[in-house]
Amino acid sequence: MKTPLVKIEGLNVAFDGAPAVRGVDLAVHPGEALGLVGESGSGKSVTWLAALRLLPGKASVQGRVSLDGSDILSLPVREMERIRGGRIGIIFQDPSSALNPVLSIRRQISEVLALHRGMSGSEIRAEAKRLLDLVGMPDAKGRLDSYPHEMSGGQNQRVMIAMALAGQPDLLIADEPTTALDVTIQAQILDLLQQIRREMGMALVLISHDLGVVAENCDRVAVMYAGRIVESGPAATLFDTPRHPYARGLIDALPTLDDTQRLVAIPGVVPDPRDMPRGCAFGPRCAYAGPECLLDSPPLRAVAPGRRLACARHNLDLAGPKSTTPNSTPAEVVS
Amino acid sequence: MTPLLQLRDVARSYVTRNNLFGQARPVRAVDGISLTVNAGETLGIVGESGSGKSTLGRMALGLELPDEGTVTFDDAPMPAPGSAAWRTLRRQMQMVFQDPLGALDRRLPVLEQIIEPLVIHGIDGDQRSAGLAALASVGLSAAQGARHPHELSGGQRQRVVIARALITSPRLLVCDEPVSALDVSIQAQVVNLLIDLQAERGLGMVFISHDLRVVRQISNRVAVMYLGRVVEEAAADDLFRAPQHPYTRALVSAAPSPGPRRVERVILTGEPPNPAARPEGCAFHPRCPVATARCRTEAPAPARIAPGHTAACHLLTPAAKVAAR
Amino acid sequence: MIRYILTRFLRAFITIVLVVTFAFVVLRLSGDPATIILGPEAPPEAIAAFRKSWGLDQPVLVQYIQYFAAIFQGDLGMSMRDGRPALELVMERIPATLALTLPALMLKLAMGVPAGVYAALHQGTAFDRAVMVAAVMGFAVPSFVLALGLVLVFAVNLGWLPSGGRDTIWHAILPIVTLGLGGAAALARFTRSAMLEVLGQHYIRTASSKGLAWAVVVRSHALPNAAIPTVTLIGFLVGSLIAGAIVVESVFSWPGVGRLMVVAVANRDLAVVQCILLLVATTMVTSNLIVDFLYGALDPRLRHGARANA
Repeated sequence: MKTPLVKIEGLNVAFDGAPAVRGVDLAVHPGEALGLVGESGSGKSVTWLAALRLLPGKASVQGRVSLDGSDILSLPVREMERIRGGRIGIIFQDPSSALNPVLSIRRQISEVLALHRGMSGSEIRAEAKRLLDLVGMPDAKGRLDSYPHEMSGGQNQRVMIAMALAGQPDLLIADEPTTALDVTIQAQILDLLQQIRREMGMALVLISHDLGVVAENCDRVAVMYAGRIVESGPAATLFDTPRHPYARGLIDALPTLDDTQRLVAIPGVVPDPRDMPRGCAFGPRCAYAGPECLLDSPPLRAVAPGRRLACARHNLDLAGPKSTTPNSTPAEVVS
Repeated sequence: MTPLLQLRDVARSYVTRNNLFGQARPVRAVDGISLTVNAGETLGIVGESGSGKSTLGRMALGLELPDEGTVTFDDAPMPAPGSAAWRTLRRQMQMVFQDPLGALDRRLPVLEQIIEPLVIHGIDGDQRSAGLAALASVGLSAAQGARHPHELSGGQRQRVVIARALITSPRLLVCDEPVSALDVSIQAQVVNLLIDLQAERGLGMVFISHDLRVVRQISNRVAVMYLGRVVEEAAADDLFRAPQHPYTRALVSAAPSPGPRRVERVILTGEPPNPAARPEGCAFHPRCPVATARCRTEAPAPARIAPGHTAACHLLTPAAKVAAR
Repeated sequence: MIRYILTRFLRAFITIVLVVTFAFVVLRLSGDPATIILGPEAPPEAIAAFRKSWGLDQPVLVQYIQYFAAIFQGDLGMSMRDGRPALELVMERIPATLALTLPALMLKLAMGVPAGVYAALHQGTAFDRAVMVAAVMGFAVPSFVLALGLVLVFAVNLGWLPSGGRDTIWHAILPIVTLGLGGAAALARFTRSAMLEVLGQHYIRTASSKGLAWAVVVRSHALPNAAIPTVTLIGFLVGSLIAGAIVVESVFSWPGVGRLMVVAVANRDLAVVQCILLLVATTMVTSNLIVDFLYGALDPRLRHGARANA
């Protein structure tokens, strides 16, 4: 197997004593598209903000994040700054608030070109325009002198992508890149990300709450719940035959355009990080929970080639259609 | 059967300033729409930002009066917002918005807020037990009713808002993006709840959302809006199985899904235009993959292309209906 | 754009007229200058003659119209006390006031802005808490109390500095420090909260994610945004260059506009009081006007957005 580009081992993040990420192991290989799926509070964004050391000082981060084999959590700040925006780029959910309102687009892209590519003057102007063309910005030349408020959300996200590509990264982290955008624009941006990834041979981590988005755009998927990865595997097989009850639940809860079969909601709510249940964090909401689930937080183990699962009852057969899954009673118990 | 709610050629303009020094100009947020909602039926309204779907929802509730056209509830014209007649009618028409925290008072226990409409409308009887029954009907316990909004999760808060909307036994419920802020697993809980309540009570419902998948799940009929007009309307099954209008086809193809792709993806170029700069002819023509010369000059009127199926497109005639899949 | 500028000027002009009108009415209602200037024992004929010569026997409305007619001819009236033009009296005092308020403004900017920025960047540290305490005290302690405290320490106990008058440069130090400290505290607090708000914005995280050093993020991304609200307060401080020193000038017997104002009010020297108020209102309104135009320079969102949503 190839050596991973980025490897996260035993990552733990806590805010004021409340755990947000609880022992995450994850590897991203060169050129691959990895999807990270989970609901709010699952720790999917925090994992990568912690890896890039972008969290505020009050966050406590433990574990190891290596880039090409060397640990970046312990790097001097100067060297970390060379990685951020250089080796690893990141784009965020709401492009309109992620861009500086008082600086021109040219200025915001140029910063990266000067910093990571040592460019100056006319070189920067030409490259900034080329990048805007690359991300499909209409009237790239004219847009360089625009400000974020003069553009739509979709155009701002294109600027964010251009900015992230300016440093020619090996890995692009896209944190809910289309959540704030309209459906037709979402399709454009996802298409753009795919096309750029193929052309530049760049790896992509796509963080999303939307299984559909991840399924269509990623080779491999990891599902997170309450700060842990509960299942990972190739996108196609994971969505066809999920092994973790939570992954199954997420798929069954997602409406599709194909049928109007009753959705199977997951009862209850995500646990409070300050008051985690004993054993498996998903236990209290799990239709398949047994006594063994109360014992320990199940580790993420390989269950098949390329597939890993964190479930004490890892031999369960969840493959049945929605209607056979328990808990489909109309009035779900809440809380 | 008399329709519960009927909108006829409604239009509504706003005056906006495009910038600090700019001139005021009217923007037609809703530009001539006719729709009908029957009792026991859910009408889904789909559209992107700027399509006018929320304005349409507010007119359906009588929160805003149309500049042109009429809104009738039970065949009677909608009274002016704020009038006594309108306030009386309000107990029959309720709404649920996207942000439950904004719709609730942070200082009051939620049960008190649920029974508030009973107090407002002077409905006597045991308000507290009515409130507890409403709580139970949305799957919340009495203990949860004693809590304040911030002590509940997002999904629970939206249940509270639904309970409050339903306590006056309304006949029409307008939901504007009610589950958009919720996580998938919670979203499914609330969608199921709305489906059940609607069926139990025979409510007429207008369900406004940008999320086609949720609209598909909950609606009997669906209207697709683009820049203030309805471009296609049909039974949900028809519309999603065989979308006809080029815009609907693009929307349906753009909906991400973990399963196999059912239609070839159409990626539209460009962005929805600013309603203040509405294109000539068919408003969709600059982005339309099949636009012709006629589309650039002449706006298509909604036309019946099959029984119960209308679309506003020059290329669509009953004979030219595009086959399913 | 031209329409915008014209509206702003018209609005500024109306504000000034309203202030002057208000002052005019209040002064006419608050006692008779004749009895105050000539003394309560003065013979009634003298008082009548005084009133006639100053036009005080006319109906208030007539006085008001005459007053405005004169203003537009550049005539701000005569002092009732020494018969010199009011404008001349006031202009004589302005250098003395500016000698206090300008250095004090520098002091406020030099202390307040850096202290606020530094406190925000080191939120929760001892320095931050010290700035907050100082800022609250700057608000809560009236300037005459601060002035008296400084006099007590540096003039009375230590004997380093004079306690009043205007003979040497040393005389200016205590009034300047008194003025400067209060304003610096307010400015520090305001700058701190503006900066904290900006530091919490997503674009700051974006700037860091590009690999910019923190110092660059602060300088190029945070400060230009935090400057926008801070400029409002600075504009107010500039606007109070003339009127901001009334109390301090009185405490330190500093012969500036502020003291002239106090004396003129006590004497009901109508023309002088009105002249000062007109001047104060004009400075304040002008600096507000400048701030409004500065916003456009600092914030592209407020510029003539012809390209918006193209």
